[in-house]
Amino acid sequence: MVWVNALIQGILVGGFYALFACGLSLLFGVMGIINLAHGDLAVIAAFVALTLAPAAHVPMVWSFVLVVPLFALGGYVLQRTLLQASLNRSPFTTLLVTFGLSVVIENVLLEVFTSNGQSLNIGTLIADSFNPTTTISVPYLSLVVLVVAVVVLGSLQLFLSRTRTGRMIRAVADDREAAQLSGANYQHLFGIAAAIAFATVALAGLAYGMYTEFSFDAGTANLLFAFEAVVIGGIGSLWGTLVGGIVLGIAQQVGGQINPAYQILAGHLVFLAVLVVRPRGLFGVRAAA
Amino acid sequence: MPAGTLAAPPAPTAPAATGGWLVRRGSRLPAWLLAVLALGCLAVLAALPALVSQADTQLLVNFFVLLVMSVMWNLLAGYAGMVSIGQQAFIGLGAYGVLVLAMNGVPTIASIPLAALVAAVISLPVSLVVFRLRGGYFAIATWVVSDTAMLVISSVSAIGGGTGHAVPGLASLSPRAFGRVTYYAAFVVVVLAVGGAYALLRSRLGLVLAAVRDDEIGARSAGARVLRARRVVFVVAALGCGAAGALLAVSQLQVQATAVFSVQWSAEMIFVTLIGGIGTMEGPILGTIVFYLLQQNLANEGAWYLIIFGTLAVAIAIWAPKGIWGTLERRLGLSLFPLTHRVGPVAGTSRPPRSPGRPTPHVERGPGAGARSGP
Repeated sequence: MVWVNALIQGILVGGFYALFACGLSLLFGVMGIINLAHGDLAVIAAFVALTLAPAAHVPMVWSFVLVVPLFALGGYVLQRTLLQASLNRSPFTTLLVTFGLSVVIENVLLEVFTSNGQSLNIGTLIADSFNPTTTISVPYLSLVVLVVAVVVLGSLQLFLSRTRTGRMIRAVADDREAAQLSGANYQHLFGIAAAIAFATVALAGLAYGMYTEFSFDAGTANLLFAFEAVVIGGIGSLWGTLVGGIVLGIAQQVGGQINPAYQILAGHLVFLAVLVVRPRGLFGVRAAA
Repeated sequence: MPAGTLAAPPAPTAPAATGGWLVRRGSRLPAWLLAVLALGCLAVLAALPALVSQADTQLLVNFFVLLVMSVMWNLLAGYAGMVSIGQQAFIGLGAYGVLVLAMNGVPTIASIPLAALVAAVISLPVSLVVFRLRGGYFAIATWVVSDTAMLVISSVSAIGGGTGHAVPGLASLSPRAFGRVTYYAAFVVVVLAVGGAYALLRSRLGLVLAAVRDDEIGARSAGARVLRARRVVFVVAALGCGAAGALLAVSQLQVQATAVFSVQWSAEMIFVTLIGGIGTMEGPILGTIVFYLLQQNLANEGAWYLIIFGTLAVAIAIWAPKGIWGTLERRLGLSLFPLTHRVGPVAGTSRPPRSPGRPTPHVERGPGAGARSGP
């Protein structure tokens, strides 16, 4: 029965990884940016909620109302300035710039918030769960996050395929020059894509802060998990990312069931195995290599 | 170099006469002056332990360690277009290599080259996996590999598990003798790393890398074995980082997994290279000097040195992608480690239309801008 529980927990945490990863996927798919500061942005979101929600007398559960629009705006501005400037150089430069940002963000967080662990206090909600049997426990928070992940991925899919802006973003991603000739303002569209990506990473960061204790350097591990979810699922497939997240989550939970020290290691090994056996991922549309 | 790396072009080190023009590798500075400068630097560095304090000797060892790492990262990213954020995997393997060898009675100094070799050998199967991804995905994959290596090593309790283990062997030396031993070990590794990187870049393989950097498709169609060239660089970089990690273990007499496998090593080597000048031999040297000056001045300010240094690196990557040395080099036309080819008149033929004193266009382009990343 503990294995069934591990499976269920894996699926739940997989939803969280997918939520984390979809911003990473979007930035790469549209602009070709691998945002190495992605995990750290989520941690910023958690710290912003920690500071802002009490000040604004907003219950922590509703902090996303404040943080998500703020992050969307921040994403747009960062894309139009720093990220666009580095994109104009080369993809190589964006990689170095986002890595630099990641290190700077972590150390600024360390200086401002110290190395103490923090958590977003949502009261008794954290403990509430649905218990079909004595060994299986489904926390409502995890369930909500999984549902949010599915809704976010679904809306993103609909947005990109059905709306005018979404189609223009895809056009710019496919062939920037042709899209520009047809009147698309690619810098503005990149900004919108970044705003959406930042909004999703803010959601992920808040979920993370509600789940567990976080500190300044939590971004790194989350970046790796998000990235593993993307690659396992297949680069370029949004629903693949969800499956990748779930596969990673299950691997970690099963590994952790064998020995708590093997939790993260098991995830890494599954990721490396996928790279060896099926480099384009489970649902990849094209080879990654 | 084994034959067959590049299809047609003649070896460039021999001056090739092309109808009154001479294409020659070199700096505007005469070769004898560069040789004197190099020997002078080596002599000063060799004499330093006798001149400076024990604390400064330790500082110089750390300086050498970071310099070796930066030279290796520069080879990877600046010349082979591969942004690795997982070089700490090989630093950690080198450090643990020294620990395991020392625990088994191998003399500590002898264990440094062996540990570096272990890191290089392990990098070969690693390259088979991570080379399946390109660009940023390659970068994060190397990071996953280093995290995996850390987790595996932390779970082995015989070598200290997560808490680390002291390196036996050198602890019995007097502080002064210990300082000297570690200094000269680090000195030898630095000379080999810088000299080896320079020799590698002047070899046929260096030509392949330059060709790939300028035009990958063109280089491939001319028969350049791109993947193999990148694999060689990856293994060499692992060897160098393994040696750097081995030096860390020897000089600190203590190995701890989260410290030696820390991504901060990658951050430092990347920032140093970017600031000094990526894709130049001089860049990592200059960058390491800048880094240590800054770190010493901000020693009491916690993490601020990394914040300032990181911000500087980001700004340089965007607005001055050739770094400090690259910018200087373009202005002055100087090069201390001549890699580029220069065009000049052949002695005895008619004077070419261009004045020989004027800075001539470099045949090789700088990396970074336009360079493709990933294998």
